[in-house]
This record gives sequence, C-alpha cells and structure tokens, in this order.
Amino acid sequence: MITANNNKAPALAVEGLCVEFRTRSGIVRALDNVSFNVAKGETVALVGESGSGKSVTAYAVMGILDPAGRVTAGRAVLGGLDLLAAKPSQLAEVRGRDIAMIFQNPRTALNPIRPVGKQIADVLIRHGNVPRREAPVQAVEMLRAVGITDPARRAKAYPFEMSGGMCQRVMIAIALAAKPSLLIADEPTTGLDVTTQAVIMDLINDLAGKMGMATIFITHDLALAGQRAARIVVMHAGHVVENAPTKELFEQPRHPYTAELIAATPDSAASLDELAAIPGSLPDLRRGDLPPCRYSERCPRKIDACAQQPLPRPEPGVRHFTACWNSLSQAAGAPVAAPPTESAA
Amino acid sequence: MTALLDVAEFSKLFPVTAASSSFSSPWTRLKQRFQGGPEKLSKVHAVDNVSFVIEKGETVGLVGESGCGKSTLVRALTRLIDASDGSVRLGDRELTLTPAREFARDPDRARIQMVFQDAGESVNPRFTAFDAIADPLCRLRKIGGKTLRQRVETVASQCGLPLQLLTRFPHQLSGGQRARVGIARAIAVEPDLLVLDEPTAALDVSVQVVILQLLQRLKRELGMSYLFVSHDLSVVKLLCDRVLVMYLGKIVEAGPAVEVFEHPLHPYTQALVAAVPRFGEDGATRLRLTGEPRSPIDPDPNACRFHGRCPRGTHDCTTAMPELRQFGAREVACHFAEEFLPPAQAKA
Repeated sequence: MITANNNKAPALAVEGLCVEFRTRSGIVRALDNVSFNVAKGETVALVGESGSGKSVTAYAVMGILDPAGRVTAGRAVLGGLDLLAAKPSQLAEVRGRDIAMIFQNPRTALNPIRPVGKQIADVLIRHGNVPRREAPVQAVEMLRAVGITDPARRAKAYPFEMSGGMCQRVMIAIALAAKPSLLIADEPTTGLDVTTQAVIMDLINDLAGKMGMATIFITHDLALAGQRAARIVVMHAGHVVENAPTKELFEQPRHPYTAELIAATPDSAASLDELAAIPGSLPDLRRGDLPPCRYSERCPRKIDACAQQPLPRPEPGVRHFTACWNSLSQAAGAPVAAPPTESAA
Repeated sequence: MTALLDVAEFSKLFPVTAASSSFSSPWTRLKQRFQGGPEKLSKVHAVDNVSFVIEKGETVGLVGESGCGKSTLVRALTRLIDASDGSVRLGDRELTLTPAREFARDPDRARIQMVFQDAGESVNPRFTAFDAIADPLCRLRKIGGKTLRQRVETVASQCGLPLQLLTRFPHQLSGGQRARVGIARAIAVEPDLLVLDEPTAALDVSVQVVILQLLQRLKRELGMSYLFVSHDLSVVKLLCDRVLVMYLGKIVEAGPAVEVFEHPLHPYTQALVAAVPRFGEDGATRLRLTGEPRSPIDPDPNACRFHGRCPRGTHDCTTAMPELRQFGAREVACHFAEEFLPPAQAKA
C-alpha cells in the first residue's frame, strides 16, 4: 500500500506487523499483519474502538511494548533502519531524535518532580546537539513556540502547577525539541476540553507543517481524525480494515465496519433514532479459531469467502485499500480484487 | 408543563486553605488564628448565582469546560453537598433546608437520582450487579425478599441487562453493561429527576449509541426529567430539549438546544460550537479561544468572567458584569448579544 503522495518516499513503512501478548489466560494476538505507510509531511490517523490495537501499533514501532508483548513478525522501516530489529542502543539514538511520541495523559507522562523547562532541556542536550549551557534558554524558546504565555516563569513550574492543556503543550514541546521526522500522537487530546482540543490540534498540525514532519495521529474520534488527517487507517481487532484518503473514506466507505463506525458517530445524524449501533463486540483475541476476517462475526455482509480465505493483502500502489471480500465498493463500480476461487486455497 | 426543579440564585463557594492564599509564615497564621485575626479566607466561586428551571419530562443539557462548576452544581442539586446560598425547590419541597447528611435518609432522596460518570468506578467493586441495583431499593423503598428480586429483575430487563449477568461483579462486565447497571441502579427507585454526569464518556461510539437510545426510551416510558451533563455537544444536541452553557460558575447562555448550537449568541458558546470536530470540515479556519480561563478564586464581581479570552470583549466588560438577558426563548449573558442575533430577531 502506498500513501496519497506516491512520489514521496515514506517516512515510516510498517509491513506485516504482528504482535502477541502472553497472558495467564493465553496468547492474545493483538496485531495481525498490520501494514501502512506514512509519507513525509503527511498526517495519517489510526482510528478504531478501544482494543483495536491502535496504541499497540504505536508502542511496537517505538519499541516500548509491555514486557509481556512480543513482535512476532513484520518490519517498521524509518529512514532505512528497521526499528523492530534494531539494537536497543540504536533505538535509544533514534527515539527522541527521529521519532517522538506524545502520550495520552500528559500529567502521568511528564516527570512529576522535575520542572518542565528542565525536562525539555534534557531532550535538547541528549538529542538536539545543544550545549548544556544553552539548553535552558532554548527550552524557554520551545515553550514560547508551543504558545505558553510567560515561558520563562513557566519553565520553572512543575507539572502539577499547570492545567491539562498546558501540560499537553509541554509534552508537545518535548516531543518536538529535537525536530523529529516522525511524530506519533497517541490520543493527544483525550481528557481535554473541546476548546482546548481544537487549539492543541491546531498547534500539532501547525508545527508539523512547519517542520515537514510526518505525523501518526491515534484517536477514537472519527470526526476529529477526518478534520486533521490526510489519510485514515481504520483498525478493528488488530487488523487494518481500511486505509484511504480521508475524503474518499467518508464519502465512500468500502469496508462495512467503516460504514457502521461513521453511522454510529453522533455528528452524522439529525436525531438519535437515526444513529445506528454496531452489533456485537470485538472478538476474544485469545481464541485459537479466529476467522481470517475478525469482523466477520459482526458483519452484515458476510459471505462464505470471509471464513475461508485469508484477507486480501495491500498491494503496492493501491490508494484505497479494503481488507474485505464483499466490500461496499462493488455498488459504486470501483475496481476491487476478486476473491480467489475456493479451489485455489 | 409544571416546574419540577426550580433552582434560584444558587451559589456554592469553597474556602481556599490559608496555606495557599497567603504567603505568611505558618507561625504568623497560627497566631492569627488564635488571636482571632482578620477572617479573610479566599473563596473559590465554583457556582455563582445560578438560576434555572427543569420542567417535568424535559431533558436539559449542561455543558461547559472542565472546572466551570458543572459537577459542583450537579452534586449540590443531588444533595451530595450543601449549598452556600440560594434555593433548590423540588416541587413544593425546599431542599437546601435539609443538610446533605440527613437528606441521604430522606423519603425524597428517591426523587432525584444520579448516574455517575464511569460506572466501573462508581459501582462498589464488591457488589454484584444485583446488589448494586438492589441497594437503593432496600434503603429507600425498604423492600426485601421476593418483591426485591422481582423489582431488580424488572429494572434490569428495562435497561437491557441480561438477567444472567446479575450475579456478576463490575470487573466481569463490559463497559456498556456497567453503564446499564449504573442506569438501572438509578431508575430502580423511580425518580422524577435523573441527573446524568457524562454517562457515555468512557464508552466507544458503537456502545454510546446504544446507551443513548436506551436513555431516550426510558425517558419516554417512565416520564422522567433528565439533567444531562456532557462535554460532547453533538450528543447534547441529539438528546436534549434545552441546554445550559456554563463558564466559570456562571450560566452564560440558555435556550432550546438546536437554537443554541445553530446560532450561538454568547462568544463562549460560539467558540465551543466551533471547536467541535465535524465530518468533512476543515478545522483550521474557525474561531479559537486563546489563553487560559481566569482564576475562580475571588473573581472580580464587576467583570465578565469570559473577559480576556473573549474575541469580542471590550474594556466595558471589565467594569460591568453582564446579566442574563432574554432573547425570545433564550437567555444570554453578554453585552454584545444583539450583534449576533439573526436580523429578523434583532428587531423583536
């Protein structure tokens, strides 16, 4: 699969990523064959319900999976380096410098007993080639860049002295301190007010645009993703079910799950009765007998192929990928990969 | 329609601890305390002079950003905390006269019930779903044995909770099922007013839809009034008849939900509506609020609370606090509300 801008080299290419968690009650296959690309300067949104594997994808790419988790297959190539096969020392160099992450809850992600200015300076010294003496000054500049008023005073503040929105700005300042080529924002505005959310998202978009950064934006809010991302990757139970340019995805969702997700979002309806719930729930990922399509048990368009054929794989050069044998695009007349004949399997 | 709940000039202030309000040494403060020094404790004005009415069978939405006093207001209305000033009337009964402690055993306790934000955390983890729903019935309706069992089962099935789940503990239930337990527990004693504090905030969209539709059905079947607290405006718009917008302890705009969201008159409401992400809309070009809200500790009584973040505000806003003014079915607390009126309404 390829990004909207075919001519641009991908900043990050994730191919066939599989992640397992070993738990007391069995092996959870959290990610299965996740593939997507992020082009330079492009914002890609990972969207899905909780438990769909959005955050696990990000953690796997960053190499910060829980010890119980294990990458069993796949590659994540960033600037020629496969992050999943890299040595810890290589990863330590890359993290913070080339790839940075904004975490969900800024209050718990920041160091509670260190002034925020020093936390930014730490990153500048370690990854930004900034002399120790100049780092505090530049840290104040970073705070100014993320729109904190009176940055010199705020640099001396501890996270608990700041509001949630300000903590998130500090997180952004830390993430962007070393001017990374890829930014992963994991639900950066959950727990913030809508007014603050809008401002923080403006800030991320703005800075990412200025620095030509690629951004992976993880969210469960489809409307927010639609507003901010050029391309949306929809995930369900550890699978990428659809990957398409934003406009196309909203106008003509091809995967039944995407269509239902859009229909369930309150913004899309004029009255409550118009909203459609998605029947069923995520399958238990510990099961040994998961069908090839993990959505098939909830799917209204299920056909025989769903239970028998492995899901279609993204082909290079496809703008709009759908992991479905009976996608909604047939009606629209768009070309779609024909399901292989049953004898072929 | 008759007013079910009448809230008038309601305020709730919290004293700020002396430690954070003054920079004097502990010794000086101690001396002051024993010598009966000047009692000048600062106060957080969490809810400041708020009046509104909830009619019978009406769904009222309460929106505003975190820290604006939504939760304090709701806690005071449900009589979990005491008011500082003002009156709350439920029908003919003045609720503020009964201290919160005593109200817990009051017969009218059953008339106002609450659904808390995260059912996973608000249901006792050592209670099964059955116990959770039965608890208010035992305490307030004083029923037990077979009648209790029957009532719990009726309520559970009303809320779409399968009966075999009643023996489970909260951690064995999914988010949607827990939300149903929270709702079943609240409606078990047949309240007149149900206060819902972000009942769907912890849920995925697919589950949220089901819970919202359940709430709407229950309201129709049981004839309750709802006070629905939420920060998700698109949900409020779908569910609520009327909406109250709060900013730093004050109601800044009130009116029919659709009207308020389509043509917001207060600059804060405008910013709030503009901040909601929508399908197929580019978010970058719309109205944004800058800066942080003012401090709610001893705010200037003669200044608009929104001043400083307001895109419209002038110097006048620091000298006169705008009061709520009537515009048709709506009330707006802004000196410049006329400017935002649609031309047809402006003349009236």
